[in-house]
Amino acid sequence: MTYDQTVIDELKQEFGEHNLALQQTQDGLPTVYVAEEQVENVLHFLKNKVSKPYKMLYDLTAIDERNRQHRDGLPKGDFTLVYHLLSFDRNSDVRIKVALQGEYPTIKSVTKIWSNANWYEREVYDMFGIRFEGHPNLRRILMPETWQGHPLRKEHPARATEMGPFQMPDDKLDREQEALQFKPEEWGLQRSSEDTDFMFLNLGPQHPGTHGILRLILQLDGEELVDVVPDIGFHHRAQEKMAERQTWHTYLPYTDRIDYLGGVMNNLAYVLAVETLAGIEVPDRAKVIRIMLSEFFRIASHLVWYGTFAQDVGQMSPVFYMFNDRERIFDIIMAITGDRMHPNWFRIGGVAQDLPKGWDKLVKDFIDYFPKQLKTYDKLVMKNKIIKARTVGIGAYTTEEAIEWGVTGPGLRATGLEWDFRKKRPYGGYDQFEFDVPTGENGDSYDRALVRIEEMRQSLRIIEQCLKNMPEGHYKSDHPLTTPPRKERTMHDIETLINHFLNVSWGPVIPAGEAFHGIEATKGNNGFYLISDGGTNPYRLRVRTPSFPHIQMVPYISRGHTIADLLAILASIDYVLADVDR
Amino acid sequence: MNETLFYLILIVGVLVVMLSIAALLIWYERRMLALWQDRYGPNRVGPFGLVQVLADMVKIFFKEDWIAPFSDKWVFIIAPTFVVIAVLMGFAVVPFAPGLVVADLNIGLLFFLAMSSLGAYSIFLGGLSSNNKYSLIGALRGAAQVISYEVFMGLSLMGVVIMSESFSLVKIVEAQKTIWFVIPQFIGFVIFVIAGFAESHRAPFDLPEAESELIAGFHSEYSGMKFGMFFVGEYLGITLISAMIATLFFGGWLGPSFLPPVVWFFLKTGVFITFFVLVRAALPRPRYDQLMALGWKVLLPLSLLNVLVTGALKLYFAG
Repeated sequence: MTYDQTVIDELKQEFGEHNLALQQTQDGLPTVYVAEEQVENVLHFLKNKVSKPYKMLYDLTAIDERNRQHRDGLPKGDFTLVYHLLSFDRNSDVRIKVALQGEYPTIKSVTKIWSNANWYEREVYDMFGIRFEGHPNLRRILMPETWQGHPLRKEHPARATEMGPFQMPDDKLDREQEALQFKPEEWGLQRSSEDTDFMFLNLGPQHPGTHGILRLILQLDGEELVDVVPDIGFHHRAQEKMAERQTWHTYLPYTDRIDYLGGVMNNLAYVLAVETLAGIEVPDRAKVIRIMLSEFFRIASHLVWYGTFAQDVGQMSPVFYMFNDRERIFDIIMAITGDRMHPNWFRIGGVAQDLPKGWDKLVKDFIDYFPKQLKTYDKLVMKNKIIKARTVGIGAYTTEEAIEWGVTGPGLRATGLEWDFRKKRPYGGYDQFEFDVPTGENGDSYDRALVRIEEMRQSLRIIEQCLKNMPEGHYKSDHPLTTPPRKERTMHDIETLINHFLNVSWGPVIPAGEAFHGIEATKGNNGFYLISDGGTNPYRLRVRTPSFPHIQMVPYISRGHTIADLLAILASIDYVLADVDR
Repeated sequence: MNETLFYLILIVGVLVVMLSIAALLIWYERRMLALWQDRYGPNRVGPFGLVQVLADMVKIFFKEDWIAPFSDKWVFIIAPTFVVIAVLMGFAVVPFAPGLVVADLNIGLLFFLAMSSLGAYSIFLGGLSSNNKYSLIGALRGAAQVISYEVFMGLSLMGVVIMSESFSLVKIVEAQKTIWFVIPQFIGFVIFVIAGFAESHRAPFDLPEAESELIAGFHSEYSGMKFGMFFVGEYLGITLISAMIATLFFGGWLGPSFLPPVVWFFLKTGVFITFFVLVRAALPRPRYDQLMALGWKVLLPLSLLNVLVTGALKLYFAG
């Protein structure tokens, strides 16, 4: 992927060269430091004024710079705020950075420019203690209100053992309970209007319709939703903090569990980012194995969605058929990797092992079997009149709204925008495959469903091409940073032996720098933004997940609908709480 | 004296048979759903898993009988009994075979309708007294749904009444000797079945309990045997509606003489019970307002039309 660098000149022209500092990053993504006072103008310029604008706030995060060693020539600062913008017109990104001084700095909020900045800024506040002036409701989002400290700051302990024994005396329990009380006023919600008293219904965190520990607080007038307040963070496991004390290699199993239905798909985003950072070229066979397994997981994930989607609108049986089919996929995955949901199969520089003997027959059987099933499901679910009545026109949004809220993946394509990162920014060998990008028209729950179903057919096409054209060759790169390195040469030459020993015992040392890589994951665009300080572990690792902005949009698209519609909307969004909270 | 004894035995017999059918249905529904969903269902306890029924009953009796401290206690306790009593009373007028009916009332059909509407109190009072928001929404949905569909249920049967010139269920069955009412009264039959689903709040019209939306709706707070009463009441309701479909539209006990009449009756009822289960396996749930719209905008005019046309034809041919 080569990014459009002309944006740097445009910025220089508008704001003057001396106000900007450029940073070279390994991913080639144009990265510009701007001054704190100017950041609002720069972002406004990039979103609204520049030709072919950067319409989407793709990610917003921060870096604690206080322990970083390799900062050659970059502006001084204790924290750095990173705005990652995406332009659909240019098919390019830009990264705007702001250096912040002080222990607990404050900066102006950009919620006025992007609606989806709201949650991202809350997350940065929660994780780093950076405050945003002008934010409508700056409060913790992932951690509980009662949490002490801000986890992603370097001084915050990463291990439970560094924090003293956990205790929950009665008074603390009371405080925690008190903090969970929902007070509508804190969210700017009225308890009553002129003609009615509203009912507040607490949906979740334990609820059969939320697919996990998601809490939604509904403001109801009868059964009609006046407003919805999502409360997330119950599934937060500090994936980003854990990365900072894992080696580049041992972090791999953690990635599996981010979108836990996506399995190796998460590995892919991570290893591609590490490989960009380390400059590793992966052999063709490894690429095709990766693509094949990823597409299997796309189908598996979509099958779970398909079944639960039908179940959430009250259809009882489909979920069993779809889980049966998913089981067939797991049989194949198990034969190849030895595990089902979280195979942890990709490695820096390749995959863990070669394909086993007889894999082709398993894959072929599935390719013959699956299309018939999809046809049956179409009749069973998608053509059902009640399903249509429940989902057509429910939770609809336009392409502009989707971009404004940071929606990617099937949710974006359902609005009619043909945007698939596998096509637009082919990564990991996808440019070699033929497949179509299905789109919808209305951006409603039904179209989101249609897009996913067609995607399964396309994934099957890709898998078929993998089967027919599996290249010969090695499944791992011979780059010295490949971990673990190719074993067969370790006993023959000393260089490989040393690499093997170091990479496996300490972990590979990835050169200092920054790289981002995003992929078209099962639920949308999943990306890893890695910062190496030249050590055996990431200095900072940012996971950009699709479900986070998707859940943020739920209130916007469900106001005015009923409770039953809300469940249909949630079902059609296809999120996983581990992917929202990380 | 002999007659009194006969009726006593009959009443006890009906009670025992109906409660056993309701209990057996727990197993039957699970096995049938499993069959259609490519899985096994309960098949471990006893032959074909039949003893599962006993195991389930033992379990439900030994579960903690929790009365929510925030509930309206007495109403909360009484509510589940309404549905069971009302439905069991409904069986009083069902003719199982010639002479085999507890009470051959001349207003039998009206009695059945009255009893089936009493069941709504269970949902409403249960949901209201639970003092739980989900239960409240479920109760509101349930009350509105059952009361509305009551109307169409009654209207859909008027055609049958006109044709048989009686409210007595025995007479209605006897009037079907030449032709089952399902043929001349097809529209009435369809509306009755739909209303029957709504009355017994079974999928796809299980809106009062809508698992994916309201967790368990009106009976969220219930546990132990109180929950069991709702459960049994639901299965009794299915049995009653199926028995009524068989009686009113499929000639009740009538059938070729190689099988005794009572067997014909239960065979027909069994078919409709199975249909209830099949529908649950197949259909998704409409939204609340869609269910209401279907009732008032489609079923009501249709059933009125059915009454008018049946009455007009009757008058024409009688005159």
